[in-house]
Amino acid sequence: MELETLLLSRIQFAANISFHILFPTITIALGWVLLFFKLRYNRTGEERWMEAYRFWVKIFALSFAMGVVSGITMSFQFGTNWPGFMEKVGNIAGPLLAYEIMTAFFLEAVFLGIMLFGFSRVPNWVHTLATFLVAFGTMMSAFWIIVLNSWMHTPQGFEMIDGVAHATDWSAIIFNPSMPYRFTHMVLASFLTVSFLIAGVSAFRWLIGGRTEGVRVAMKSAIIAAALLIPVQILVGDFHGLNTKEYQPAKVAAMEGNWETGTGVPLILFAIPDEEARENKFEIGIPKLASFILTHDWNGEVQGLNDFVTEDGDVLHPRVSPVFWSFRVMVGSGLLMLLVSWTATYMILRRKRGIEGLPKPMLYGLVGMSFSGWLATLAGWYTTEIGRQPWLVQGVMTTKEAVADVPAPLVLGTLIAYLAVYAALLAAYIFVIFYLARKTARGEEIGTRIAPTPAPSPNAMPAE
Amino acid sequence: MYYFGDPTIWLPFVFAGLMGVSILIYVVLDGFDLGVGVLFPFANDDEKDRMIASIGPFWDANETWLVLAVGLLLVAFPSAHGAILTALYLPVAIMLIGLILRGVAFEFRAKAPAPHKHLWNNAFFIGSLMTSLSQGFMLGMYVMGLEWTWINFGFALLTAVFLTVGYSFIGATWVIHKTSDALQIKAVDWAKGGIWGLILGIGAISLATPFVSTRIFDKWFSFPEALYLSPLPILSGLLVYWLWSMLQKMPFAGDRRSWQPFAAATALWVMAFGGMAYSFYPYVVPEQITIYEAASAPESLFIILIGTCVVLPTIMGYTVLSYFIFRGKATELRYD
Repeated sequence: MELETLLLSRIQFAANISFHILFPTITIALGWVLLFFKLRYNRTGEERWMEAYRFWVKIFALSFAMGVVSGITMSFQFGTNWPGFMEKVGNIAGPLLAYEIMTAFFLEAVFLGIMLFGFSRVPNWVHTLATFLVAFGTMMSAFWIIVLNSWMHTPQGFEMIDGVAHATDWSAIIFNPSMPYRFTHMVLASFLTVSFLIAGVSAFRWLIGGRTEGVRVAMKSAIIAAALLIPVQILVGDFHGLNTKEYQPAKVAAMEGNWETGTGVPLILFAIPDEEARENKFEIGIPKLASFILTHDWNGEVQGLNDFVTEDGDVLHPRVSPVFWSFRVMVGSGLLMLLVSWTATYMILRRKRGIEGLPKPMLYGLVGMSFSGWLATLAGWYTTEIGRQPWLVQGVMTTKEAVADVPAPLVLGTLIAYLAVYAALLAAYIFVIFYLARKTARGEEIGTRIAPTPAPSPNAMPAE
Repeated sequence: MYYFGDPTIWLPFVFAGLMGVSILIYVVLDGFDLGVGVLFPFANDDEKDRMIASIGPFWDANETWLVLAVGLLLVAFPSAHGAILTALYLPVAIMLIGLILRGVAFEFRAKAPAPHKHLWNNAFFIGSLMTSLSQGFMLGMYVMGLEWTWINFGFALLTAVFLTVGYSFIGATWVIHKTSDALQIKAVDWAKGGIWGLILGIGAISLATPFVSTRIFDKWFSFPEALYLSPLPILSGLLVYWLWSMLQKMPFAGDRRSWQPFAAATALWVMAFGGMAYSFYPYVVPEQITIYEAASAPESLFIILIGTCVVLPTIMGYTVLSYFIFRGKATELRYD
């Protein structure tokens, strides 16, 4: 019974946070992209930049709303499902969450109104400033939450008094060893997700005949940004992996599917990890490559999973297959992004043909890759979060210690309700993005009107 | 940290105050936009658009006060957060799904194809209703001490209805202020029809509260403590009377006084909330955990407080700014 509640609570939290992260992944970078469009417009006065701004600010508003409402869910779930977490490490998690909520959430939410609806009500510079503050707020939001998440992976700067963590050094807590890597990795992931989303949706609009200047600049900017960022991301990912190897070797062993500690360990491309027999089936690997990647020495020693089983038989490493596979999905989609963005950039730059240089199959390919960033980001988070198990805070508390004693059927019932709502909303979200794209391609104005102009009244705003 | 004496005393007190203020601002601000959602079935399509326009620039920020309130409970009183939210597991889940529905419906109804719009209108209404009902239910359960007995359940169902009607009342007063002509007249009727929810809600909770615990009973009815509390019911009664007689005569020529019903409703909210806070203090989980027992370590609270002192005035400042920029009657809401 207790185990079922634990498993169901984990699935419920995973479902909620997976759904939630999709939208911040878009808004973190899209805010800056909108600022870029706005600044280009301010600088050049060219209408095409404003056209791009007006289309993508709607996607931003939609994603933002999805992010806000699914984020509210998260702040309640700590209490409903995981009361043990805050009871034990609340003194550290509390201030970080508080800063996330205060500095960031409000900055975004309050200036969002001006950013979305204020263009004709405030001076241009105020509107640009609001766009900046929204982008900055979203980024700060990501910063604080990544600080907390990283601390859960690489905790430091605290002491335990009567089983409760007390902070001793805040700068050590904030700048914990995995934070810089995780934050950079996530921000880049967000920019790549948005690049592919913009490129994909623009390619879709281009294919169905919406060949405006706004589509052209958005698609070109997005493809070139993706091509520039993806190699940086691969490099940062590598650094992040080395950092993980130092602090969470069990996670890296699971990512690699490496059971036994050894030297000259092969890089496993494919295998089916067998948790019972504690070995891999159908293993295909490249000799010595894992040792080289992780230690930069062909014969370097790499720790295996069997080192993380205590003498009493307690398993202190995560289940191998989910970590092993999600890691491969992340790397695989990253490599595909590299291939597609570089090929597309080459086609655009070749004889300076611009967007016209992209053949139809490439455009279809870009449409297909619209949400590839989501896939890679989710797979990456699964790798790192499942990879931390059985720990909730590495070496400090296990996930099992934190779970609430709620009857399993209640958790199951609410889980089903959440999943149904999320599935419907995700479908609606993707549908509406492509619906807006089709509508603009037909040359119709989209969504600028939420309400008709009311009859003039004595108190009516003098503006406009 | 030692400026005002023992930090294990004054820090929890300050945080209880901050949390109280956040909850109060939340129930007033999100109260009116939830209320607008609850009133949706009574409006025609054109009016729905205008009602949405009247809350459009605000609802995001309004909802973040809930995040701040729950966030403060979470970070300042972690064990109370766990105790309250596990006890209210199901209503919390219903509220969250309601909040999700109405939040996204808000965006989707403006962007989805026209034939789908009524679907999202319904989602907006249902989401607002689920949120209001579950908040009222949680209020009832909280007052009764978070014990799942049949009596408490019945009482919570009543408060669920009362709070929902109360929200629709404050929503109606907001619509009176932000619109004109036929819709404004309609909103006056809605306000007249909704004021009983507020009165019964405040009445029911006032009746139940002293009988749940002898501690609160003594606070209310023993001399001289009873004197401290007596202005609240008297002032509330006068306000209700003033509101009622004003609503009979509204709207006034030249749109005079259109802001007063909302202001009066807010004042009622503040007093009801003040009465509750006075009664339950020092408990954060009624009759079980005090704010002093539930508080985080003073070092952590102090760190949060520094941030709060900088951020909260700023937030208040630009909340006011945003309400000022979008002041006056709700006009066409344009993305430019």
